Amino acid sequence: MRAIITVVGQDQVGILAAVSQVCAAHHANVIEVTQSVLQEMFVMVMLVNIDHLSGGIQGLSDSMNQLGEQKNLKIHVMHEDIFLSMHRI
Amino acid sequence: MMNMKDIMETVQMIEEEHLDIRTITMGISLLSCCDPDIDRSCEKVYQKITAYAKDLVQVGEQIEAEYGIPIINKRIAVTPIAMLVAASGGDPVKYALTLDRAAKAVGVNFIGGYSALVHKGFAAGDRELMESIPQALAQTEFVCSSVNIGSTKTGINMDAVGVMGKTVCEAARLTADRDCIGAAKLVVFCNAPEDNPFMAGAFHGPGEPECVINVGVSGPGVVRAAVAKCPDGNLTDVADIIKKTAFKITRMGQLVGSEASRRLGVPFGIVDLSLAPTPAVGDSVAHILEAMGLEQCGCYGTTAALALLNDAVKKGGVMASSHVGGLSGAFIPVSEDAGMIAAARTGCLKLEKLEAMTAVCSVGLDMIVCPGDTPAEVIAAIIADEAAIGMVNSKTTAVRIIPAIGKKEGEELSFGGLLGSGPVMPVNQVSPAKFIRRGGRIPAPLQSLKN
Repeated sequence: MRAIITVVGQDQVGILAAVSQVCAAHHANVIEVTQSVLQEMFVMVMLVNIDHLSGGIQGLSDSMNQLGEQKNLKIHVMHEDIFLSMHRI
Repeated sequence: MMNMKDIMETVQMIEEEHLDIRTITMGISLLSCCDPDIDRSCEKVYQKITAYAKDLVQVGEQIEAEYGIPIINKRIAVTPIAMLVAASGGDPVKYALTLDRAAKAVGVNFIGGYSALVHKGFAAGDRELMESIPQALAQTEFVCSSVNIGSTKTGINMDAVGVMGKTVCEAARLTADRDCIGAAKLVVFCNAPEDNPFMAGAFHGPGEPECVINVGVSGPGVVRAAVAKCPDGNLTDVADIIKKTAFKITRMGQLVGSEASRRLGVPFGIVDLSLAPTPAVGDSVAHILEAMGLEQCGCYGTTAALALLNDAVKKGGVMASSHVGGLSGAFIPVSEDAGMIAAARTGCLKLEKLEAMTAVCSVGLDMIVCPGDTPAEVIAAIIADEAAIGMVNSKTTAVRIIPAIGKKEGEELSFGGLLGSGPVMPVNQVSPAKFIRRGGRIPAPLQSLKN
């Protein structure tokens, strides 16, 4: 199973590192990362494997929300199937 | 990986445009619970519902967490209780109390099916159930009730219409201390769908399987945002945008429905492709119509805009789901829609316009607050008019009207939560009493020579 993590917010040092750290702590394997900075707005999309999560997807999602609050970022963890079903026939 | 734009579009739909799965509704047949002893019958009903639905809320929450998509309501619909009353006799309110207890036990927020299907006449149990509705709704918290009084194939049972006029008034009167909430949980249908997952009109029709999962999607905010991004396109462009958006929303409903059905080990029934507004800002059907170019919902052009919207939602959604059913289309519940509430307050949206809108929307006169002294015959006549629109046009129509006991035009009722709040709307009080008292049946309409 794979999940997509989206991060949006003001650009700052260490966003990628902090998000990756939470992924590692939950045993979510990062497969692919795309990011861009547009007029100081940071947008990152991360594809992760969630087969071996230590605390389930809810745990990962809760930790990401905490991180988002700390760094003033909007972070979402969603199952890949949602995107596949909405955007691919 | 997928393209970033698509991913961010989905996140924005959920985060800012209120995209959600409005309800996962489990339909449960109670026909096997029929018993000549009402207490035994109630016990069987309780056991069956709590056995079948024990994991419903938990599975809903799991899917919500795993997929990152909000699932607002988990609900249950059951076989019309009048059928059980036919076998058991006794006081139907006992069933209502049982349903309420079962709903509480499994943690759902509504249970529908305190219902009777009387479009052609009354069978054993029907009249008793209809007359008990006000008490049932006053004594319970989660029970919803509906009665089907007409259909295109059978015509309209005007005796039942007369009874329902009184029932609506009584349901409001008995709950006057709680903003007349009883009447807000009572729907009078023509051509009621048997697989509708939306409350208050959900019930598990006699043609349905033993147990089934139906899903209601929503997303007026998403459609409004999409239409707003096309300020200069013509209406063909607008219809196209709505279709594409409805397709995406429905695909998500299909995914969640099939996943819930797999995890619960229950067959997947249908996706109901409805735009169901909530009182939250940005989640309004009226605002979609206004984004199309109307100054305010209720002005001339509203019916045409709604017709376009309703049709485009269906066209977009049909291909996205393996089985479509329920009510499917745009809902126009006044008290549950911020734009409708505003339009009713300014007087731009009137009951007569709403009635015209119901000829092209997916349901009918919904969540309308009328003066508390409106006579039962006037309510019955509103029901009859609405049923006639449904009967002649081969569509579902419904009436959910709330007489605000002790209140007059200009005052408001507030139900809280998804049911919202609404101003008391003026109602034409000239008497249709003699017409209603005649009773009998309005014959089924001709299905050819359509002009």
